[in-house]
Amino acid sequence: MTDAVPKIRLKGVRKAFGRKTVLKGVDIDVAKGESLVVIGGSGTGKSVLLKCIIGLLPPDAGSILVDGAEVVGLRGRERAEVRRKFGMLFQSAALFDSLNVWENVAFGLIEGRGMARREARAKAMDMLARVGLGADVGNLSPSELSGGMRKRVGLARAIATEPEILFFDEPTTGLDPIMSEVINELIVKCVRELGATAISITHDLGSARKIADRVAMLHGGNIVWEGPVAELDKSSNAFVDQFINGRAEGPIHVEVAAG
Amino acid sequence: MLAFPLQFLTTIGRTTRLALAATGQFARFTASGLRACVQPPFYPRLLGHQLLAIGYYSLPVVGMTAMFTGMVLALQIYLGSARFSAESAVASIVVIGITRELGPVIAGLMVAGRVGAAIAAEIGTMRVTEQIDALETLSTDPFRYLVAPRLIAAAITMPMLVLIGDIIGVFGAYVIGVNKLGFAPTVYIHNTWDFLEVMDVVSGLVKASVFGFIIALMGCYYGYQSRGGAQGVGAATTSAVVTASILLIGADYLLSEMFFAQ
Repeated sequence: MTDAVPKIRLKGVRKAFGRKTVLKGVDIDVAKGESLVVIGGSGTGKSVLLKCIIGLLPPDAGSILVDGAEVVGLRGRERAEVRRKFGMLFQSAALFDSLNVWENVAFGLIEGRGMARREARAKAMDMLARVGLGADVGNLSPSELSGGMRKRVGLARAIATEPEILFFDEPTTGLDPIMSEVINELIVKCVRELGATAISITHDLGSARKIADRVAMLHGGNIVWEGPVAELDKSSNAFVDQFINGRAEGPIHVEVAAG
Repeated sequence: MLAFPLQFLTTIGRTTRLALAATGQFARFTASGLRACVQPPFYPRLLGHQLLAIGYYSLPVVGMTAMFTGMVLALQIYLGSARFSAESAVASIVVIGITRELGPVIAGLMVAGRVGAAIAAEIGTMRVTEQIDALETLSTDPFRYLVAPRLIAAAITMPMLVLIGDIIGVFGAYVIGVNKLGFAPTVYIHNTWDFLEVMDVVSGLVKASVFGFIIALMGCYYGYQSRGGAQGVGAATTSAVVTASILLIGADYLLSEMFFAQ
């Protein structure tokens, strides 16, 4: 298995905003069908990492390979071609509030794949059922939904086109523990059913333990540790220990005072 | 002693570089927007929606301002021309003033406030809530989906709005002329019609189309670039309206020069 082409491979990915370097050279491989969870504190560039891979932000340096092919610098049609492999659940779900729920779920099918509306609607209802939402929800507007329902609709939208790669940006942030667990289970179920490769970013360790095959910790713009989820508690890595035990003292310095 | 001039030069350099970067960014945005207007895929449903939102719903605002503009114009020109006994010119001056200048400019400023702000706020909110990112991940080009329908709708509907505004404005002046200033209705209409040239109206409509494009472009641009939550969206909205208004008046001068300067 070691010589198989990884689904996603990052080599020396750097990204800075002005003078602030967010990613300092990230190297990581994600095997096909694997679920990687990237943990790390707030503002460590986890979201930026996902956005670089999916092509929403151009990295300043480094290379990103999807299925062995370079995707950095792709434009137009080629970029669109690669994007079809991805589905993403955004932190705040990012539902289009000008469209109702089923139109949101069917968006990638209608606009991205050119599917007829009637057919796409049936498929969207199907997807909503998969995430535990009834057909009556389909005609609501996103503003009428609770936080947990929005996340579920976002998940349904992400999986509707049956992508090969799924990204989850803080899937449980802002949800109560029970709803978090529901979302975690849905993510595991959907990823498994699709046979997709998944990258999730979170600082919710309960979620990480539930979703991950493998965990990587991002700190200071670098991956400071990575390993199977079972080894998370015995990593003997000072950064990971501090993070999973939630200690204020340790190698990670939290800036409390306002700059 | 060297520190001061060096610091000074650094400041100039940095400001120049930022200005150039912003200009380049805006030029690229405009080019992408224009390309999206002519290259498929097109979104006729969204275009229809924008025609309604930008054009139809601006009618009351444009109509009312045109009405009052016509009325005040008739009154002022009458009082002014009375100083050299040229009251009979009121009707023709009003119609030329409205079709060439005041119709398009006042409608443009009103639409900049109404539509430019709405576009910037909507697209800005979509930006800060990651809806634009979501569009891209769903294989949809935000320029074709969001920007192009607004640019096209504004450039098409503005001339229609201005044409209607012209008619209402002239009517407003007619009402004042006949009821307050003592013109005979037939004479007033005659004077309006006789001195009006096709070019007066056409130039105003061309201006209107350009203004519409500027308004929608500024709304889209500032909305698209907005960052940082509610405050960012607020700032984007203000910038969109202010910049559109200034550019609109500037473009008005250039277009007038182009049409009428010999």
